[in-house]
Amino acid sequence: MRARRVLVEALSVMLAVVLLIWSLTPVYNMLLIALDPDEGDIEFEGIIWPPDPSLHSFHTVVTQGYWLLEDFWRQFGNSFFIGLMTMLLTVLIGSLASFALGRMRLSQGWLLANAPLLTYAVPASFLVIPFSRLMASYGLSNSLWAIIAANVTFATPYAILILRQYATLIPIELDQAAQVDGASPVQVYRRMYLPLMAPALAAVGTFALLLAWNEYLYQYVLLSSTRNMTVAVAIAQFFNSDEAPWNYMMATAIIYSLPPIVIFYVLRGYMAAGLTRGAVRG
Amino acid sequence: MAWAIAFVIPYAVVFSAFVVYPIAYGLWMARDPSLYRDLIANPLYAQTVVNTVLYVGLGVNVKMFLALLLSGFFMRRRWWITALLPIFILPWALPAIPAFVSFHWMLIGEEGLVDSLLSALFGIQGPLWFTDRRLALGSNIVAHIWKWLPFWTLTFFAARTAIPQEIYEAADVDGASGFRRFAHIVLPLLGNLYLVCTLLSTLWTIGDFTTVALVSGGAPSYSTNVLATLGYYYAFDAAQPTLGIAVVMSALPVLIPIAIILMRTLHTREVQL
Repeated sequence: MRARRVLVEALSVMLAVVLLIWSLTPVYNMLLIALDPDEGDIEFEGIIWPPDPSLHSFHTVVTQGYWLLEDFWRQFGNSFFIGLMTMLLTVLIGSLASFALGRMRLSQGWLLANAPLLTYAVPASFLVIPFSRLMASYGLSNSLWAIIAANVTFATPYAILILRQYATLIPIELDQAAQVDGASPVQVYRRMYLPLMAPALAAVGTFALLLAWNEYLYQYVLLSSTRNMTVAVAIAQFFNSDEAPWNYMMATAIIYSLPPIVIFYVLRGYMAAGLTRGAVRG
Repeated sequence: MAWAIAFVIPYAVVFSAFVVYPIAYGLWMARDPSLYRDLIANPLYAQTVVNTVLYVGLGVNVKMFLALLLSGFFMRRRWWITALLPIFILPWALPAIPAFVSFHWMLIGEEGLVDSLLSALFGIQGPLWFTDRRLALGSNIVAHIWKWLPFWTLTFFAARTAIPQEIYEAADVDGASGFRRFAHIVLPLLGNLYLVCTLLSTLWTIGDFTTVALVSGGAPSYSTNVLATLGYYYAFDAAQPTLGIAVVMSALPVLIPIAIILMRTLHTREVQL
């Protein structure tokens, strides 16, 4: 029995080490390339450690010192704007819809309740061609709002799903009591529903933000001018250029990765709570 | 009632303007049956379908099964396992573009980190990952699993923490542990959740563009494309938008049944995400 315990413990430690290497290797690779001081063709053969680490490429990115990075901060702002708007609109639209569907006994609820999942029957990437033509006819081509619309469309279904599940934890009697006291649906929504749903809203908001930050295809197809581009598209631009300043590209990628990671870890406590509640009905 | 409708209107507008309309428009653009005849006759399309089946079949199932097992691992109360969790979820927090660009560079051949490590540690000359179809396809699958494993592990982890502790204690009293505990407690309680997550992940993965576009880029010679990247290639690089739409719309006969099964499972079995 004792020998078995030791064996299990040893296997756990091994698994932990494997997971550590698995999770960190691609991240390490980014640092390895970004820390190389040389521009242009870099000879990486056999290199597993930066021979001459330097922050030169980060400096170049931050000071916009390379022609592909001329609008870096503006593009960074665009990414931020898209991310924040996606987050806000997803939380707003998702919470309104989940409130109506879960707490107000909408008589035609079936279709609406299933509409979110129907959205996933046709993946976002499959709709990019009709979507881009549609945006042209709505007068939104090369506009950040086109990206926000796409992101919100594909983040809201999941948001409604999670919010409706979380809302089952809040007794419906609370709403009824408030209505007896003369509260309007808007008041119930604002004063009770939103505060009580805070953990789930944080989880859903983070999900939407990460979705926006992960998204690449729509930005690539819909945003054509350099000034309206996002960092995600700017990173991809490196592949199309003849020169190969891969250290700049990786430095850009690392800086681009920082905001979601920070937000993610700050909100992690909420996220766990939002996802956990009512996960299993025994 | 009027209020309820008012609350749903924003979502209904988004749904009809950005889901229903594009789908209808796309189907209308790709309405010509000869497009589909062309596709079926095209060997590139046939290979892409096989790739998509492999990518989704292996990617989703290996990922979900590992996630289920790992969620159990993270339930163990050891300080170093608790400390590992935030590092383990880093791939999920890392945006897709940097992550997959990094994968691409790791596997770029002799200059890549993986081959460099192979030669430094074991003295082996690593393969050229993107010149062999199977290796390139495998790289895409591994990158997909790397990126999304934490998300599903956390979902199962959250579900496991909601299993009442008394059930485990009762099992301990009965002498059930390890595999039997997994088979008789975890699987029955998480079975439905596992099914729902697998279906949802299948839908999401069939539509995955970024992984394949950035990791292998379809190399070698377009042989590792999936439907999403081939559709993009036809529509934008080959300037045949209707053919591009036909490529992706040809997946509807698979997608719609999965979505319907997903809806029914969610409704009839009271599964919670």
